[in-house]
Amino acid sequence: MGFLNFFLGEKKSSASVAKERLQLILAHERNGRSASPDYLPQLQRELVAVISKYVAINPDDIKVHMERQGDLEVLEVKIELPEPGGR
Amino acid sequence: MTKIVVVTSGKGGVGKTTTSASFATGLAMRGLKTCVIDFDVGLRNLDLIMGVERRVVYDLINVVNDEIKLTQALIKDKQLDKLYILAASQTRDKDALKQEGVERVLEELKAMEFDYIVCDSPAGIETGALMAMHYADEALVVTNPEVSSVRDSDRILGMLSSKTKRAIEGGEPIKEHLLITRYNPNRVEGGQMLSLDDIHDILRTPLIGVIPESESVLQASNQGTPAIHLAETDVAEAYKDVVARFLGEDKPMRFTEAVKPSWFKRVFGGK
Repeated sequence: MGFLNFFLGEKKSSASVAKERLQLILAHERNGRSASPDYLPQLQRELVAVISKYVAINPDDIKVHMERQGDLEVLEVKIELPEPGGR
Repeated sequence: MTKIVVVTSGKGGVGKTTTSASFATGLAMRGLKTCVIDFDVGLRNLDLIMGVERRVVYDLINVVNDEIKLTQALIKDKQLDKLYILAASQTRDKDALKQEGVERVLEELKAMEFDYIVCDSPAGIETGALMAMHYADEALVVTNPEVSSVRDSDRILGMLSSKTKRAIEGGEPIKEHLLITRYNPNRVEGGQMLSLDDIHDILRTPLIGVIPESESVLQASNQGTPAIHLAETDVAEAYKDVVARFLGEDKPMRFTEAVKPSWFKRVFGGK
């Protein structure tokens, strides 16, 4: 067995190939499932409405993005405020 | 308090019906009043695996459509007086399963003080599968150590946590259990089959048991006897362990002996 392994050692077992392929494709598919939940556009519109009460901003200046990092889901909200001179 | 358990997988042919039959039988052997329901409308098979195919007169769809009383459709097991079977319809199609009707049947079973309702899901991700999982409290996700089955199980796990009643209403999530069937420790040792650890790493769901690949499963289905009844077979013992763990008992995994992670790591290098 050891002798055989010496020659096969360089080659990956088919099971480990299967595992690698699965990990890659599932990471991709899980992202697809959770990347943009249905409520993101609605959330963006409401954020624009709230912030516009206090600061004049452009709707495009708010970016809402959902990301998966391992077991954590991260909701990222980026708001660009207009330059002070603009007001 | 009745608990609803769905047996699901996404992929066909991995052992959902075999598992539903043995799991429900195992619960009834423990003295728990159990009903096992076939949700595979149009392609019923649970009746054959349970050996009651000649006693089916009415089915789930008849009850869902309010054509007959639930008690007329329940088939009592010949060996275990706490076990009942509700067959699927062979002639209608899957769209005949209406959510309100399914809910009513489950409520009636609860009123009859069943301890467990086991829902045998059809393959796929359509109406039948969604209905089988919708009202579940716990789920057995049946997976073979093979890429397409693992991928489909991942998809089903996603649906359990997004499309079910508990997920939609935002209650406590469904308790998920991973059950690996058709496991062959020798092929795992040879590097030809995904190991328990591999599958667990990928799906990240608590493992409730491992059913070894075995000729006795075919023997059991040939005879119409749930595999858990076949005395002194590894498969029957493995299913009894699954039932014990499900009921909270601490049982070490068996029939996985050839899997030695240290040896595995040495050969394939880490992870």
